[in-house]
Amino acid sequence: MLAYIIRRLLYAIPILVGVNLITFVLFFVVNSPDDVARMHLGMKHVTPDAVEKWKVEHGYDQPLLYNRDAPGVEQLTDTIFFEKSVKLFAFEFGSSDAGRNIGEDISQRMWPSLAIALPTLLLGLLVHISFAMLLAFFRGSYLDLSGVILSVVLMSISGLFYIIAGQFLFSKVLHLVPISGYEPGWQAWRFVLLPVVIGVISALGSSGRWYRTIFLEEIGRDYVRTARAKGLPELKLLFTHVLKNAMVPILTGIVVVLPLLFMGSLIMESFFGIPGLGSYTIEAIQKQDFAIVRAMVFLGSVLYILGLLLTDLSYTLVDPRIRLS
Amino acid sequence: MHVPNTGFDRLGGFLRGLGWILVSITVTACGDQPWNSPYPPDQADRNILYSSFSARPKHLDPAQSYSANEIVFTGQIYEPPLQYAFLKRPYQLEPLTATQIPEPYYLDSNRQRLPDDAPTDAIAFSVYDIEIRPGIRYQPHPAFAKDDQGAFIYHHLKATDLQDVSSLADFPRTGTRELVAADYVYEIKRLAHPHLHSPIFGLMADYIVGLKDYAVTLSKAAEKLAKSGESSPPVLKLDDFPLEGASVLDRYHYRVLVRGKYPQFRYWLAMPFFAPVPWEADVFYQQPGMKERNITLDWYPVGTGPYMLTVNDPNRQMVLERNPNFRGEAYPDQGEPGDAAAGFLKDAGRQMPFIDKVVYSLEKEAIPTWNKFLQGYYDVSGVSSDSFDQAIQIGSGGDISLTPGMQAKGIHLSTAISSSEYYMGFNMLDPVVGGQSERARLLRHAISIAMDYEEYISIFANGRGIPAQSPLPPGIFGYRAGKAGMNPYVYDWTPRGPKRKSVEEARRLLAKAGYPGGRDVKTGKPLTLYLDATGNGPDVSALQNWIRKQFGKLDIQLQIRSTDYNRFQDKMLKGTEQIFQWGWNADYPDPENFLFLLYSKNAKFKKNGENAANYSNPEYDRLFEQMKNMANGPQRQAIIDRMIDILRRDAPWAFGYHPKQFVLYHDWYFNAKPNLMANNVLKYKRIDPQLREQKRHEWNKPIVWPLGLIALLVVLMVIPAVVGYRRHENRRTLAEQR
Repeated sequence: MLAYIIRRLLYAIPILVGVNLITFVLFFVVNSPDDVARMHLGMKHVTPDAVEKWKVEHGYDQPLLYNRDAPGVEQLTDTIFFEKSVKLFAFEFGSSDAGRNIGEDISQRMWPSLAIALPTLLLGLLVHISFAMLLAFFRGSYLDLSGVILSVVLMSISGLFYIIAGQFLFSKVLHLVPISGYEPGWQAWRFVLLPVVIGVISALGSSGRWYRTIFLEEIGRDYVRTARAKGLPELKLLFTHVLKNAMVPILTGIVVVLPLLFMGSLIMESFFGIPGLGSYTIEAIQKQDFAIVRAMVFLGSVLYILGLLLTDLSYTLVDPRIRLS
Repeated sequence: MHVPNTGFDRLGGFLRGLGWILVSITVTACGDQPWNSPYPPDQADRNILYSSFSARPKHLDPAQSYSANEIVFTGQIYEPPLQYAFLKRPYQLEPLTATQIPEPYYLDSNRQRLPDDAPTDAIAFSVYDIEIRPGIRYQPHPAFAKDDQGAFIYHHLKATDLQDVSSLADFPRTGTRELVAADYVYEIKRLAHPHLHSPIFGLMADYIVGLKDYAVTLSKAAEKLAKSGESSPPVLKLDDFPLEGASVLDRYHYRVLVRGKYPQFRYWLAMPFFAPVPWEADVFYQQPGMKERNITLDWYPVGTGPYMLTVNDPNRQMVLERNPNFRGEAYPDQGEPGDAAAGFLKDAGRQMPFIDKVVYSLEKEAIPTWNKFLQGYYDVSGVSSDSFDQAIQIGSGGDISLTPGMQAKGIHLSTAISSSEYYMGFNMLDPVVGGQSERARLLRHAISIAMDYEEYISIFANGRGIPAQSPLPPGIFGYRAGKAGMNPYVYDWTPRGPKRKSVEEARRLLAKAGYPGGRDVKTGKPLTLYLDATGNGPDVSALQNWIRKQFGKLDIQLQIRSTDYNRFQDKMLKGTEQIFQWGWNADYPDPENFLFLLYSKNAKFKKNGENAANYSNPEYDRLFEQMKNMANGPQRQAIIDRMIDILRRDAPWAFGYHPKQFVLYHDWYFNAKPNLMANNVLKYKRIDPQLREQKRHEWNKPIVWPLGLIALLVVLMVIPAVVGYRRHENRRTLAEQR
């Protein structure tokens, strides 16, 4: 298994170089280094001299990808792309173009993101699986039909509507929770409660339908019939045997997103004033801060690759028949 | 038949328990404050002002910060020598840390003193000698902390000393010292620092003697230091490099030497760019390891003002607290007529600041911000377009007032015309709309008439603005109201005020220009013009359609070349645009700061100035050079009148509108008079926290019964499932028994 992990990690290197290159090209197709400098220096009284100085200080005075005037290998290394990319592979994110330490910012902002994402995932799993089990148990009945209709209705509503309606109902009308804001530590629960509930409800439709399909497929198998014939209570059968055997497709969807929980949710964080990582990248794009954009895209790619690897590893835990080679 | 306890029964018990736990935690955590309060319970009743910010400030270093969302903070912390009088109008300067407003004296090119009334051409230098008040002290800060032997505790830190440090609050010891004139000189030198990129360096280098060369000197010194590797990052000791244009005379006096005559320099002395920075702060923050922890002067200001930044978490909250070392300042006892009746003089003579603490929370969206204001969790609010109809009603006569709902809550409205202008500019280098030919001028006049800014203000600004008659907004010297201030090329005077000329008149001008019915008489082809614009989305699309419609009134085909802001700026710098929309917000309340926008030496093309229309008129330039150095008075007014006449005739801009600022505030918020020039208005504000707390409780009583309803609905949904499950299990049991 170790060899498999090492091989997968080595595969990740060219993928990360490619992602980095695409991010770089896309960013600089839209923004020239001069644009970036002007954006950071402000709109008023900016002189060409100040733009040039800013570029030199922030390493944007080199050619983008290929330095025609440099000798040998420096034609590739004396470029903005190389200078800005190589340190990422050592997870040295450096300073943002505005001068703040990106690593420090990420380490501060990932906790509020996790404070929403983790409870939403765990509570969501509990509620969505239970809901799907219920539908699977009453398959073909009016209860199942009602559940499926409810799921389709929930899926048809925009995520933004849940947020605005939730804030309107629970904060503005009922005065039960703060409409937005955040406090670190245990006090965070008051601010996290509503986003988590909204997160769980808004995903109930799609997740419930997906899990129901998985469970229905599993319920039709021979071992379920055998277990029933032996008199196993239905609830135990569902939550012990069916759930365990349905874990492979469930894990495929869950483990891959686990590392990405750090990255946060843009809309949720924005509306609830949660100071997480979700809005960090968008803010950076708006402010044309390439240092943050490349760091966040790189981090997202690394976490996604890690998620895929963890998914593969988790298969071996839930299904001993699977061997990684 | 006995049915054993099922999983559902156990789940029911668990949920009941969980419900009780949640209610208990809620009650305990919220104390006796409303459940939806976003603030900790211990802040109830306290003298704290609550406000919000939508984007984190980029810079808090006084040499760099320029944006309005940065000056909100730096203006309260740093104290330049001058400030704007809070209540007096028109805006006027008064001393802040200075003992008096400095009156310059003049020197000729041989550095010989000239009389005060010397002709401008003879003046080579203006000398500003500034005296500051003794006894002013800095806020407590670790940069000043000294041990018993008088040595600085935190000026020689090693990497290991910073292991447990993540913010400024992690330094246990603080100190202070008296403000001295050298601190002001130090900051002027910092404007030229090669790593700070002060936005006003380019401008000030033209005025402060030696500043341009000083920047070169510092750059070379920084390079030398970096190469020698003596310190990393290279730390420049600015005191080792004298600057001719800024020098210390003694402990409380310093001198600024300005090239030529530049009376507007005094306005700059009221901005944080000219606030004092202690050398200790630079030494402290430039130590290795500080920047990696985001502990920089750019993020943790050190000032003498009424407030100091105690929490700087730009991702969540920024907190200003009363500076315990602040000397105190009396609330003004003079204002303009009507201030006493409005209650703005009730605090006259009382010591400021009134508020102990100000909490700014990050709010990215307008809806939650607005709702929190209505719940009493923010003390002041702007009016976004989303909430405009809920807050403001416009009467049939155009009179603006609060809706009954707002009035019932005791909310008040304050309005003020901003010192800004939005306009449509014509690139004077363009062969069709530009130039000084009669044909082009008539075309510009026709378009100026067709662009119905009254309608624009009504549709796109919710009535928040007044149509502009010239570049000068109300409140700026040179502005004329009434008939005398009307643009006769676009408006006619009526007993009800200026009335935009008819579209027929615009079409007549267009025909005279050689485009009857929107067709070029020479070629017979339809006239097509190009508007270079930026932005996208439904709002922008609606605006662009409206502009097309205005041109359509004259049968002119308007092509909108929409692009991103960078490309747009690039076009402007290259002078390739034809028509564009632009705006300007004044740096200071002087007509020079508006009329320079059309001075040819400030052209955007090639000169990278602020004259975006690339307008050039020798007569206008001559008058501008004459006007800019004059004191306000009838002579200056006469020249401004002539300049504005020239602009109206040449029409390089279709004068757009001056926006009107709307601010809503609660009953418990006092001294709300808007001052759009001053940066340090927080110290004048006062609140009544008891009234606020009472209103918050009144407005935010938790309504719990719908929760019971939701629970009942859930139970009603679960019951069929439980019944169905039991029936299913019973059937199985019976089948097994058979």
